[in-house]
Amino acid sequence: MNFLILSLIKAAVVAFVLMTTLAYLQWIERKVIAHIQLRVGPRRVGPHGLLQPLADVIKLLTKEDMLPSHVNKPFYFLAPFIAVFFALIAISVIPFGTEITIGPVKTAMQLTDLNIGVLFILGLSGMGVYGVALAGWASNNKYALLGGLRSSAQMISYELPMAMAIAAPLLMLNTLSFRQLVDAQGGYFFGFIPRWTVFQGPFPQVVSFILFMIAAFAETNRVPFDLPEAENELVAGFHTEYSSMKFASFFMAEYANMVTVSCVATLLFLGGWQPPFPEQYGAKFVPSLIFALGALLCFYHGFNPARPFDKITLPVVGVVFLGVAAAFVAPVISTILMPLFWFAAKVGIILFLYIWVRATLPRFRYDQLMRFAWTFMFPVAVVNLFVTGLLVALS
Amino acid sequence: MSKRPLDTDPVATLSAPAVEPANPSAPRLMTLNMGPQHPSTHGVLRIMLELEGETIRKALPDIGFLHTGIEKQCEVNTWQQAVTLTDRVDYLSNLSNNLVYALAVEKLLQLEIPARAQWTRVLLAELTRINSHLVWLGTHALDIGAMTMFFYCFREREDILRLFEMVSGQRMMTSYIRPGGLALEPPRGWDKAVGKFIKAFPSKVDQYEALLDANPIWKRRTQGVGFISLEDMLDLGVTGPMIRGAGLKWDIRKSEPYSSYEKFTFEIPTRKENDVYARYQVRLAEMRESAKIVVQALEGMPGGAWQADAPHVVLPDREKMKTQMEALIYHFKIVTEGYRVPAGEVYQAIESPRGEIAYYIVSDGTSKPYRVHMRTPSFGNLQALPVLLKDTLIADSIAALGSMDFVLGDTDR
Repeated sequence: MNFLILSLIKAAVVAFVLMTTLAYLQWIERKVIAHIQLRVGPRRVGPHGLLQPLADVIKLLTKEDMLPSHVNKPFYFLAPFIAVFFALIAISVIPFGTEITIGPVKTAMQLTDLNIGVLFILGLSGMGVYGVALAGWASNNKYALLGGLRSSAQMISYELPMAMAIAAPLLMLNTLSFRQLVDAQGGYFFGFIPRWTVFQGPFPQVVSFILFMIAAFAETNRVPFDLPEAENELVAGFHTEYSSMKFASFFMAEYANMVTVSCVATLLFLGGWQPPFPEQYGAKFVPSLIFALGALLCFYHGFNPARPFDKITLPVVGVVFLGVAAAFVAPVISTILMPLFWFAAKVGIILFLYIWVRATLPRFRYDQLMRFAWTFMFPVAVVNLFVTGLLVALS
Repeated sequence: MSKRPLDTDPVATLSAPAVEPANPSAPRLMTLNMGPQHPSTHGVLRIMLELEGETIRKALPDIGFLHTGIEKQCEVNTWQQAVTLTDRVDYLSNLSNNLVYALAVEKLLQLEIPARAQWTRVLLAELTRINSHLVWLGTHALDIGAMTMFFYCFREREDILRLFEMVSGQRMMTSYIRPGGLALEPPRGWDKAVGKFIKAFPSKVDQYEALLDANPIWKRRTQGVGFISLEDMLDLGVTGPMIRGAGLKWDIRKSEPYSSYEKFTFEIPTRKENDVYARYQVRLAEMRESAKIVVQALEGMPGGAWQADAPHVVLPDREKMKTQMEALIYHFKIVTEGYRVPAGEVYQAIESPRGEIAYYIVSDGTSKPYRVHMRTPSFGNLQALPVLLKDTLIADSIAALGSMDFVLGDTDR
């Protein structure tokens, strides 16, 4: 019974945090891309457009739900559910931090520590193709059909190098549970090089990390592999015929996939919540320092305001930042927050990379993308796996 | 999925394969209607595609969605009123259209245009070329997926539009070049503003090149794509950067100089490769050459009158109108009736950003044109579309379409 209540509480917390992250990820993406493109991004709803995600959700929920007359109804309704279901469920096996103790309760920061977590994620990402393919098929629309076909072919092609890229670090660490994977990456070489998989001997997994990231861009249909929804060629690709909440489901699925893939990359290659340098060099104070600097910056701009209302908003944000900085040095809370911080920081950097790439690169052509998968990614992944296996066997 | 007969009229030729022999192994074609609301056809172009998989077997453009009857409207307006209509033909290079109309009418009137007006016209025409190429580069890169280029190009375009606004009071519909000279004297400080812009501009072109040329994906998407033989292009009346990208050194500014272009030194950039990438390189090089011409025009700008000495065509200035009887009469006549243009016909061609733009004007000696025919580069270039798109991928079709740089207002008129 105790276990049930605990799981329910954890599920509620994780679901809430995940949904908020998805909504604000979109806000951050719009802001970052806007600043790269000499624009300012959302500004109208709330200070600096901070309530924009909320407004978007309300808009999408209250929008008329169009049902085109020519669609294949059962599959048309099923497709967005499949897409969003498999995208969201993946978060259940992702650990966010070490085991914590709150009062009498001792629990892991994770919904469930599945002993085949990595395989589970791979399976889910394979199932996600069905949502896209069915959406394209059921829409009975030529653009949607082309988009759905492209997407299925692309996702299946890139799944293979992705799985092989994942297999290489698994060979070295010899486990399939995410928690044990991260524990195996703790500690330092020579006292300062972290034992993350990308740095770990006998064969640092830099190649598989890069392969995994490329495949992840393709799996999540992001630029430069966003052909299924290439808006200039296929209008909106597989979700052309979808509107209101059904469209939002696909949208949410895409961003949830991004978050999941970034989490997996962090856990597999970047040591999860292990800090990048040991505690004796002051790893404990990095978060406090960052937030304190952020607070200082806010105060500075608050007292030299560029816009009139900055006088109020920025000092408030600064005070919040100072509070967070204090929390990171507080005795009990810091042990909970510290792993969360490093995990979130690494995931955040990868997500920023996604956004940055989206603002920079043009898009591949469909056949070029397939050729890239089969003639470059696949052979490199095979050789990488082979070399890793050989070195692991020899050492 | 089944092949449906197309019901609109111009498509009769397209649905011809309906009589194909009953061969079960023959590929089944899918008809895809691209446009007129499709985001990548740049305006309201409709293309009917017959697809085999993702390969285009047949493409047929359907134009006319932006037809506004400009040629006919010219016939019911006076000669000077028609200038405002030429702005609306090609709304991205309006000053080129102003210029060709003014040159044609001046030929009929046999007017001598003062040097300062001619040099200002060259300067404005080249700024227009830069403006148009910037819009092209931005939208073309956007089609291929490089979103950010669009905003960088529009940053510079905004500066050019501000320069246009300074001289004419309008950002796009300038109507600044008129038969007899210019509409107004360029304001004080305008030359400084142009100088400031044009000095910084080449480095901006370097920036675009650094963003796109260094990118292997961009090269893969554009190199070897959108080939069409030079013979086909010449047969179909294609002009401008398209044929220069195929290696033909054809530019009216050199071959039949107008508005004292012969006094400027500039190169005609050409490329041999004849693909989308070559056209992109040609246009970038043209932007650089245009910047050089603008600098020359600024530095060597002659002084003196900015309108022809032709009181029966050019409106007198306010001062004269209020003090001289003759000027008042001319003002009254020009404003109420318009000036009369001697009967005759004239053909005047210039090099617009998109290619060869030519106006064929017939006058019957009254104050309104009898006929204004516009030979627009977009129309000529668009004729090559079926040949260009045949047997290419859909994704390539977007790149190839973009490389043609047509404006639907220019096509439909």
